[in-house]
Amino acid sequence: MVTVLFFAALRESLGTSRERVAIAGPGTTVAALVESLRQREGAWSEAFAPGKNWRVAVNQRMASLATPLQAGDEVAFFPPVTGG
Amino acid sequence: MPTVRVQEADFDTGRELDRLTAGRTDVGAVASFTGLVRASNDGSDVSAMTLEHYPGMTERALEDICRAAHARWDLLDTLVIHRVGALRPGERIVLVGVSSAHRGEAFAACEFIMDYLKTRAPFWKREETPRGARWVEARESDEQAAKGWE
Repeated sequence: MVTVLFFAALRESLGTSRERVAIAGPGTTVAALVESLRQREGAWSEAFAPGKNWRVAVNQRMASLATPLQAGDEVAFFPPVTGG
Repeated sequence: MPTVRVQEADFDTGRELDRLTAGRTDVGAVASFTGLVRASNDGSDVSAMTLEHYPGMTERALEDICRAAHARWDLLDTLVIHRVGALRPGERIVLVGVSSAHRGEAFAACEFIMDYLKTRAPFWKREETPRGARWVEARESDEQAAKGWE
C-alpha cells in the first residue's frame, strides 16, 4: 500500500485529499499507479486523462512517471504550483 | 543557515530583515522581495485569496531553494517566509531576504529564490472573484524565468 495525496484543484475535482492505494509488487512505478487511478470512473479518468497537466511527488520529492514505488511511500499529485 | 517559515500569521518585514543583520558586522547588503495580494488578476476583481500548501514538502522545497542559492553565490544568510490560508488584497504573501557582503550577490540570489519559489515550491492560490472562486493557473513566463537560471 502507498498513501496517495491530492492537492488544490485536483483534490477538489476528485473529492478526496488522501487515500491508501494498493500497488503491485516490486518494480512498480508511478506510471502504473496513475494507470490504476485512470481506470476509475468519472472525475478520475478525466483528471488523469493523457495530456492533463499535473505534477507528482514521491516522499515529498518531485518525481516522474518512471519513479519506482515501494510499500509505505507517500505519493502526491497536484497541479502546477502558483505560490509567491 | 536558511530560515524558512510557512505560516498563517502576518509578519513584520522590518523585524524579519533585521534578523539578517543582528549582532554581525560582516553584512554589507540585504536585498528583499515582498509579494502582496492584488485586488485584480487576469481581468477579474479579486476580493480574497486562499493559499494551500503541502505541509512538509513545501518547507523542504524552500530549504532546497535557499541551499541552491547559497551554493551558487557567496551569501551570508537567507530567509523565506510564506503565508498560507485566507488573505485579502493588500496583505503580504511572501518575504524573501538575502544578506551578503556586496549587493550583487544579494540582488541576484533574491530574484533566483523567488523565481524558483514560484515554479518549484508547492503552493496553490485560489481566488474569489465576482464570478466565483477559481484556482490560479501557472504562468509560462514564471517557468521561463526559472529556466533562465539554468
